Amino acid sequence: MTTTRSDVATLTGEGRATTLRARLFGPTALQKLLAFASLILLLAFFSFASPVFMETENILGILQATAVNGVLAVACTFVIITGGIDLSVGTLMTFTAVICGVFLTYWHLPMWIGVVAAIATGALCGAISGTLAAKMKIPPFIATLGMMMLLKGLSLVVSADKPIYFNDTENFYMISQDSIIGRILPAIPVPNAVVIFFALAIAGSIVLNRTALGRYTFALGSNEEAVRLSGVNVDRWKIAIYGLGGAICGVAGLLIASRLNSAQPALGQGYELEAIAAVVIGGTSLSGGSGTILGTIIGAFIMSVLTNGLRILSVAQEWQIVVTGLIIILAVYADILRRRKS
Amino acid sequence: MTPLISIQKLSKSFPGVRALSDVQFELMAGEVHALMGENGAGKSTLMKILAGVYQKDSGEILYNGQPVEFASPRASQAMGVGIIHQELQLMNHLTVAQNIFIGREPRGRFGLLLDEDKLNAQAAEILARMHLKLDPRAVVGHLTVAKQQMVEIAKALSFDSRVLIMDEPTAALNDAEIAELFRIIRELKSRGVGVVYISHKMDELKRISDRVTVLRDGEYVATVMTETTSVEAIIRMMVGRTLTEAAPSERSGPQGEVALEVKNLNSGPLVRDVSFSLRKGEILGFAGLMGAGRTEVARAVFGADRPTSGEIFVHGAKASIKTPEQAVALGIGYLSEDRKRFGLAVGMDVESNVVMSNLQKFLSFGFFLRKLAIRETASRFISLLNIRTPSPTQEVRLLSGGNQQKIVVAKWLARDCEILFFDEPTRGIDVGAKSEIYKLLRALANQGKAIVMISSELPEILRMSDRIVVMCEGRITGELSAKDATQESIMHLATLRETTLKAA
Repeated sequence: MTTTRSDVATLTGEGRATTLRARLFGPTALQKLLAFASLILLLAFFSFASPVFMETENILGILQATAVNGVLAVACTFVIITGGIDLSVGTLMTFTAVICGVFLTYWHLPMWIGVVAAIATGALCGAISGTLAAKMKIPPFIATLGMMMLLKGLSLVVSADKPIYFNDTENFYMISQDSIIGRILPAIPVPNAVVIFFALAIAGSIVLNRTALGRYTFALGSNEEAVRLSGVNVDRWKIAIYGLGGAICGVAGLLIASRLNSAQPALGQGYELEAIAAVVIGGTSLSGGSGTILGTIIGAFIMSVLTNGLRILSVAQEWQIVVTGLIIILAVYADILRRRKS
Repeated sequence: MTPLISIQKLSKSFPGVRALSDVQFELMAGEVHALMGENGAGKSTLMKILAGVYQKDSGEILYNGQPVEFASPRASQAMGVGIIHQELQLMNHLTVAQNIFIGREPRGRFGLLLDEDKLNAQAAEILARMHLKLDPRAVVGHLTVAKQQMVEIAKALSFDSRVLIMDEPTAALNDAEIAELFRIIRELKSRGVGVVYISHKMDELKRISDRVTVLRDGEYVATVMTETTSVEAIIRMMVGRTLTEAAPSERSGPQGEVALEVKNLNSGPLVRDVSFSLRKGEILGFAGLMGAGRTEVARAVFGADRPTSGEIFVHGAKASIKTPEQAVALGIGYLSEDRKRFGLAVGMDVESNVVMSNLQKFLSFGFFLRKLAIRETASRFISLLNIRTPSPTQEVRLLSGGNQQKIVVAKWLARDCEILFFDEPTRGIDVGAKSEIYKLLRALANQGKAIVMISSELPEILRMSDRIVVMCEGRITGELSAKDATQESIMHLATLRETTLKAA
């Protein structure tokens, strides 16, 4: 008995060593390192090029801008690791914001109900996308493309094509704009949106790495048929994963509505591509099976630092878009090179 | 008369396997020459060398008396060797004519646009030569498999092929279609084309072939005239290997009650009215040739494919199994023949795969993974099954085939399944790992597990099984007890086609 125990212990220790080594020097880690190094390089470049860049206000601006896109990217990370894609995250975000507006401004309900409604709406819509993909076997690209347009239309219909202002809910803006940290440490008034983003990212990372849902997320992307033949209810898990992604979009909807203190029904399209770009730059493979939340967050920061920095340097907006496109192509090519090596 | 093709002392090895050694073969113009042998005898390798897919290691190939090298599929095609693979290689969305002339489309005046009329006319000409009524403009995907095969033949002939290799051409054809195919083969024969015909079906050989060459374990056995040789003699030549490694392992004592009973199961063309029963502590061997429907039976019982009719009883109780999830809940496990596609998530680590079908057992609050418990379980199976891996977190794809197979076994043992289907458990595994898998199977049976073992290797079936069920074309053609079974009797049942039965 003792021997078995020590055997297990040895194996466990050895396992841990390998994991650590793999984490530090494995191919995925390498790309994460690459992404991280690029981020540092960008930060160094812009702070050198412009004294404005490193000012507190600008840094806070970058953080604030990353929050919404970052949350959407976390939602996309889950779906993309299963080997699927979610094109509806942007317009779903808007739709949940509009629904929140309906609850709070049209119906004058308390704020917490609006918050729950937004997240529940997101989860429901995500689950519908998941059902289309899992049960009806519609390719996720098409299913979520349909959802994207459908939700965009619904947002316009529900709001009668007009922004909904949260005038009745005094504290609504605080969700995103107030700073709990700032109240304690006035020197660093980090807005709540950023705190929520980081909290969500940590929670997402725990779900991805430490729960059954996370394990099946990787397993589906790795070999869906093998998972099915292991006796796992693949459809149910897939719906749950898309549902989780939708719920996270609901959080993004609250963040953006609170920041603008209004639900803007025309907003949203284009956000999905920025989110997917962040996920891909962060080293998550579009073919599924591998990826990390940390990578996604770095990817999201690369995107927003780039946008912000180029703007500060007064690069024309047209050229900003060109540069962003180039970065995405480079990132995906790096992923392909990595894959070819392994 | 110079033979069209003459092969002498041909050898070919793959890493770890000697696929062909000192093989000889001869094909005359206007001859149909059948190539026979068990699965893995080397028929396909030999044909792929002729078709330029593989390169020979040593030996000589004479074509019309001249030594030749078939360096690539293009080269052998240009020299007039056409091959029709078992799985047809057609583009389903294109028309018959477009398929025949793919890559060689006639161009219009400036070489810019394709000349569709000329294309169709040329195709029509070839089809007419075959006396085949087929519209060159028909879309291939809409044709029957038989017609698609004719398109493949037409394509081969469009290269002015003098040698035509057909690999199991009748596998998906009905009797009328087979008759049509044979008419065309005879037509080709009369024009001096040499046909190499690979098939497992004895009655067809008798009908169509002039000579038969038998291969066994990559070696040449004999070439005989079809007319003067009995089917039994050919079967004897095919299986006549000495059973050096086949010392039957010790069997358990009296077996337990019936664990699984299948009655009149139907599912698609390859599971027809299948009934069998399986006892605790027993290894039931499923023998048959490739495509006999053994895998399909396992998949139907396991719920991976939906059966159209039939009843399944698990431990005496009637079971309704529509999904693998339900099968697993009833304690049935299925170890696929294709580990990488159906058995493992090879990009994930060993421990994730081991607990894949039983993750519920390793959760706290029904949600969070108990990583330590997973690690301990994985480590236990790693030492129990002697899986050679540097750690439980090693990615599965980096392990050898034998160790991968053990991980699939571990997965089902971790789930505590009472009924296990092993589909080709030793495919692609080296000899040492094979005998470990055999020991493992027997140990499981001795613990009271009920085991179905599907295998295409007769010595393996004979060595491991307590009882043997033989299938042919979706039907169970017989059941043999371990002590009565011989390679010949199994082979006889495995080639017992329905048409043969009717004729007899």
